[in-house]
Amino acid sequence: MTDTLLEVDHLTVRLRVEGRPRSVLRDVGLRIGPGEAVGLVGESGSGKSMTARAIGRLLPERAAVEGTIRFQGADVAGLTGSDLRRYRSQVAMIFQDPRAHINPVRRIGDFMTEALRTNLGVRSAEAARRAVEMLAQVGIEDGERRLRQYPHQLSGGLLQRVMIAAALLTEPRLLLADEPTTALDVTTQAEVMAILDDLRRELHLGMLFITHDLELAAAICDRTAVMYAGQVVEVSASARLHDDPLHPYTAALTAARPDITRAASRLRAIPGRPLSAFEAPDGQCAFAPRCAHALDACRETAPEMTELDGGLSRCLRAGELRGKLATESESTESESTESEAADA
Amino acid sequence: MPEPVLEVAGLRKEFGELVAVDDVTFTVPAAGSLAIVGESGSGKTTVARMIVGLEHPTRGTITACGNDRSKPTRAARDRRRRGREVQIVFQDPYTSLDPRQTAEQTLSEMIRLHHGWAADRRRARVTELTELVGLDSRQARALPRSLSGGQRQRVAIARALAAEPQVLILDESVAALDVSIQAQVLNLLAEIRDQTGVSYILISHDLAVVRQLTDQAIVMHRGQVVERGATAQVLDDPQHPYTQRLRASVPRPGWKPARRPVAAAATDGEASP
Amino acid sequence: MGATALLNEAEVRPPGTGFLGRLRATGPAGLASAGVIVIATFAAFFGSLLAPYNPVETNLALAWVGPVGGHLLGFDGQGRDVLSRLLAGATTSMLGPLAVVILAMTAGTLLAVVAAWRRGAVDAMISSGLDILFAFPGILLAVLAAAVFGAGLPAAAIALAIAYTPYVARVLRGAALKERGQPYVAALEVQGVSAPGICLRHLVPNMLPLIIAQATIMFGWAMVDLAAISFLGLGVQPPNPDWGVMISENQTGIPQGYPLPALSAGICIVVVVVAFNVLGERLFAEVDR
Repeated sequence: MTDTLLEVDHLTVRLRVEGRPRSVLRDVGLRIGPGEAVGLVGESGSGKSMTARAIGRLLPERAAVEGTIRFQGADVAGLTGSDLRRYRSQVAMIFQDPRAHINPVRRIGDFMTEALRTNLGVRSAEAARRAVEMLAQVGIEDGERRLRQYPHQLSGGLLQRVMIAAALLTEPRLLLADEPTTALDVTTQAEVMAILDDLRRELHLGMLFITHDLELAAAICDRTAVMYAGQVVEVSASARLHDDPLHPYTAALTAARPDITRAASRLRAIPGRPLSAFEAPDGQCAFAPRCAHALDACRETAPEMTELDGGLSRCLRAGELRGKLATESESTESESTESEAADA
Repeated sequence: MPEPVLEVAGLRKEFGELVAVDDVTFTVPAAGSLAIVGESGSGKTTVARMIVGLEHPTRGTITACGNDRSKPTRAARDRRRRGREVQIVFQDPYTSLDPRQTAEQTLSEMIRLHHGWAADRRRARVTELTELVGLDSRQARALPRSLSGGQRQRVAIARALAAEPQVLILDESVAALDVSIQAQVLNLLAEIRDQTGVSYILISHDLAVVRQLTDQAIVMHRGQVVERGATAQVLDDPQHPYTQRLRASVPRPGWKPARRPVAAAATDGEASP
Repeated sequence: MGATALLNEAEVRPPGTGFLGRLRATGPAGLASAGVIVIATFAAFFGSLLAPYNPVETNLALAWVGPVGGHLLGFDGQGRDVLSRLLAGATTSMLGPLAVVILAMTAGTLLAVVAAWRRGAVDAMISSGLDILFAFPGILLAVLAAAVFGAGLPAAAIALAIAYTPYVARVLRGAALKERGQPYVAALEVQGVSAPGICLRHLVPNMLPLIIAQATIMFGWAMVDLAAISFLGLGVQPPNPDWGVMISENQTGIPQGYPLPALSAGICIVVVVVAFNVLGERLFAEVDR
């Protein structure tokens, strides 16, 4: 489909860590349509950040990459030189910690206009004008003053807004947001999320929104993909994830989270700890050791993605478990305590 | 009514011109649990640091287990005694353990610090503590770099409990953990409270965690307590506008973030004018 | 649950931990340097015993005679076997710098830790004191020491140690401040561990890689400075065998066409100093990683 903005197919990435090759992504697949927001949710080691980096061509040089990433039909992996620079102005990335990605000794204005001036040849005055306009769009009214300030003079929330504005200046088609609000206070988070959502709709941008928080993803993403141990295990309409999860991991994750409306005597914790891609054994379901629904078959065969009612689930029992997974969250919480020794 | 195990009255902390904590008062009953809810800049961590003696209050009093601790003390003996009253578990599991000590060594050192026991009795107590927090013997003998975040927090909890404190301050202690691990540690904390009767002070910005673990809550904003009450009440029926805004900002099914009016938003989050 | 064990086994153990691991991680250059240092240390301890001929007995008839028979490096200007003098000289040539390193590292670490622990006024005072000490180059202090206390190794070693202390303190103060600010130190304070207890049992051990790297490089500096001081006649006194003294004594042989005695002593110094420098630099690189 050439009108898909981003297509990721069978993406497998191996990195050399301390001399040994380690799998960080295993057979990851994703689709993002123009103007569509897709959430990518997972815990540590799930590969969600790595997926964004692979798409953003930010992997280390010696990474072994298999599979394809196509942006507007063109293969991304082979881009070099001016093609690569153009790609970077089309696909913008926002990171979790803005301070780690902004040069502290240069002014905000320099940072924001750099890509415009060097990659797109826009004149300084014009670039500054656009920057001020974009700052207004993210809710920063006194743009001219801000352009002259240094990063340390801005709070985390303000700086993240600046990052978003900077990312949007090159008029990208796709935004990769890697946990952009995780380091922010919850009230600031709500504000920044609202800005992202508004701007995305207004500018008809595609977005890949990475987070560990299922509900946060659901707030602004139409579809959400859930990752575990370097693989995508579920893709579904965001609204559906909470009440009708298609994969046991999604259900377990939702059930493990404390509820702001009531205190449970004990939470339904998942035994063990989240696996990283390189720890997951081949030839079986990576989640099986921790899964309440695992059968012997789950430990002997690697499950493929099954289509279910417009969603996808990487579970051998997806069909038969359909509709039964969500009800666990509401039933009694008594069973979770036994097998909870500190595997995590 | 039994003596409260911790009392804080009129606590104030100034850093030069900045008032980080302004007239904070609260009590924690024995075997109770209090949440101090707030965002960055609220002063909640400064309050915790003053209680454990890492920060010097500008004004106000702090009393733990009936003993005054309004000023930090340098005398090691007093600090040890205070250590047996109030302990703390920090947020970052990656820097809150000595990288060169195994869990067993750390616990052994703490036990030796507080009790003059023979090696056998110390070892038995170390085992008791590691079992209490759910660490197996292999993990207890591992260095922190071989342990995951959740395991390290367990060690940190065990270390705090080695002093047998009456009050345990949890300063965002589960904030850095994955959701599935956070659930395990929250269950562990509930278990520990049931078994040992320790009181918790939970410093957190995460309202769901606050709901799960605490009975009472105070909400801090810019150094002041703006609301207090039973946790359930504060969360279900917030009275103060800030608490209401906090509550409304929490993602939940069906939640849609909304932008605030520009005037209000522009003055927020200023690092410096 | 069997799966639990499987999950536990999967923790990643990074290589390069522990003493041997660190050494291995310094690569072939680091290992070769370590080898040289081991040989030099061995010579320092057993040199006198291993020396095939008497290192101090003079025999002017044999002055400047080249390598012959069992005398692999020939004779020096006083007719003494060069190889034996080199081996015997290893003792002072290695022990002198060792004393300097021990003194400077101890003083420097102490000052750095106290400054980092107490911070504020104490830190400012110590830093000012160190700034003053920085003004004195090692050799200058050694000359002063020789003038006051007479020439000799002890005075020279102490003078150098004083001159090196501020370098150590400056490098370690940063690391000490960083450790001091870590939450685990705060946790120990809250437990009630005494300040000296925290510094000795926790702070310093966590700075050990840096301390070892610094000590290693410093050994090289001290060896060069002490050799220079002995060359000037202010350190080890002739006729004691010492590599620096040997260069001084035998420098007249070079224009006469007998470079071997002076050169061989010089090469020993250079080889050992380079070994310490290379190993020290590699260790520093490991610390930063």
